[in-house]
Amino acid sequence: MSEVLVEVKNLKQYFPIKTGLFKTTPLKAVDDVSFVINAGETLGLVGESGCGKTTVGRSMLHLYKPTGGEVLFRGEKVDAQSIKHLCREMQMVFQDPYSSLNPRMTVADIIGEPLDIHHICADKNERKEKIKQLMTLVGLNTEHARRYAHEFSGGQRQRIGIARAIAVNPSFIVCDESVSALDVSIQAQIINMFKELQERLGLAYLFIAHDIHVVNHMSRRVAVMYMGKIVETGQTAELAKNQIHPYTQSLYSAVPIPDPKMSRQRRRIILEGDVPSPLKLPGGCSFRTRCRFATDRCAAEAPPFTDRGGGHFVACWNK
Amino acid sequence: MSAKLLQVKNLRTSFFTDAGEVKAVNGLSFDLEKGKVLGIVGESGSGKSVTAYSILRILPETGKIIGGEILLDGEDITKYSKKEMREIRGCRIGIIFQDPMTSLNPVYTIGSQITEAILLHTDRTRAQAAARAVEMLALVGVNEPARRVKQYPHELSGGMRQRVMIAMALSCEPDILIADEPTTALDVTIQAQILELMQELQKKLGMAIIMITHDLGVIADMCDEIVVMYGGRICERGSADDIFYNPRHEYTKGLLHSIPSAAKLDEKLVPIGGSPIDMLNMPKGCPFFARCDRAMKICLDEPPEEIEINPGHFASCWVNVQQMLDDEKAAGGAEEAGQ
Repeated sequence: MSEVLVEVKNLKQYFPIKTGLFKTTPLKAVDDVSFVINAGETLGLVGESGCGKTTVGRSMLHLYKPTGGEVLFRGEKVDAQSIKHLCREMQMVFQDPYSSLNPRMTVADIIGEPLDIHHICADKNERKEKIKQLMTLVGLNTEHARRYAHEFSGGQRQRIGIARAIAVNPSFIVCDESVSALDVSIQAQIINMFKELQERLGLAYLFIAHDIHVVNHMSRRVAVMYMGKIVETGQTAELAKNQIHPYTQSLYSAVPIPDPKMSRQRRRIILEGDVPSPLKLPGGCSFRTRCRFATDRCAAEAPPFTDRGGGHFVACWNK
Repeated sequence: MSAKLLQVKNLRTSFFTDAGEVKAVNGLSFDLEKGKVLGIVGESGSGKSVTAYSILRILPETGKIIGGEILLDGEDITKYSKKEMREIRGCRIGIIFQDPMTSLNPVYTIGSQITEAILLHTDRTRAQAAARAVEMLALVGVNEPARRVKQYPHELSGGMRQRVMIAMALSCEPDILIADEPTTALDVTIQAQILELMQELQKKLGMAIIMITHDLGVIADMCDEIVVMYGGRICERGSADDIFYNPRHEYTKGLLHSIPSAAKLDEKLVPIGGSPIDMLNMPKGCPFFARCDRAMKICLDEPPEEIEINPGHFASCWVNVQQMLDDEKAAGGAEEAGQ
């Protein structure tokens, strides 16, 4: 059994939204989410836009102050104080390689900034060496250290973002849609690099993406989110062939298969209707308005998260 | 053959920028038959959207068609005047854009935007056009269409807006529907709804669809014929089965290897090395040269010619030529050895 690295307990993140002159309604972006990530492991987090997957990642690094619940890193609570030293251990790679790099800084400065903040290098030469090392590690040409971010393509920029994240030698990285903005051929390069770095540096990832193929490829365990809650979680292979929650079923069946023969044979489960407004979530189970199996019980009570064997957890009354 | 609805022959479209000429589409040819779905797949900057804009002649000011023909029912529409083109746009050829958030006018109701198209292209009266708008919205699965026509785009979700775009594009019963990344901005469950709807409507109305996307999954789902583009050129074209099960261009092969899946969980992906092509400094030969593992000297010097591999399956790759020569040599060698 490997060591528990990050533990998220009943995390809640509400944002106050003005809905009238004097009225604010809480938007429940993340509502009672719990999970564990072991050292060197990848947990995939999938869901549609607005389901709260990015908020989970950001709350974990204390970029937002959680409304409720807590995040523990090696047993230490992550709060405004502890994040100052814990951010040497927990890092993030963002979705958009264009807006997440400062256009006025050279690559060397971008990668060097975390080194300076945490006083990692004793002198200038060591800093220079370290930057070179990091650039080589992520497959960038070290001669390009004095260039600016706009001189690079999307894939190379994402490499710069990754070099910046691993500069402080972290043990956990939140990858928030880190390959979504890239073309397939470049995406495959970056995915391979994430895996290589994991093997070499023993990194653990929270891999957030909306593309199920990518998440499945990256992670051993997957959690599926809908409207701020995790509805199902389990081993990747198990989930790929045996989805229990009706939302997971339709989500998996909706993913286009890049194989003409297989996609001619399969049947999609088409969901009725649209995603409900997060400000006016239906009571009970929030999926019931689009669910084929919804009963009165679903409206009355939110379903508990129960173990269906082999670490496969589902929150549904009827399945 | 009369079944060929649209023929694009050696189309070349360039953008004239301050930095120089960008050959966005460079010698593109394909045919579209009646009632078929043609997929154009490629990475960003490969020229797939520019192809669509060239067909409808809605290129931005810097862009120009500098060569080739676009035959609609045998007539070259690149020679048409602006006024004649307006008759074709929306009426013969409809288009759905990628972003349903920005392609609807925010200050008009949905109803007035759909009726505008109908009034422009048919001789219906205003009342008939309004009734047609409601009917079209019902057809694309918008609930309570009579109420929706009075709503503004911002009141609808992304999936609903895309349905409105489809209703608008189909309101004049075009022969061809061009769908430019119609589901890229949508979530997968909504994407599944829209793709299912498009397939259903295509069967019902019998139109041809040109489906432009970077998503090989969508392509496999929807298309009969596929065109693979890279750097403004066609790499390969053929039936869906040809492209997926018997790819003959190194780029297509690389693309198919790059797709992640659960089945390949413990394998490493085989990515295409290198970076995307710089369109301002296009190589003289094959645009894929710099990223190709099997590149030869001729690839650098000369753009590959299109070869018909099997009936209807074309690829532009020198490797195929090399292979054919090798095969011939081997066959000749075997004969000699036999004698």
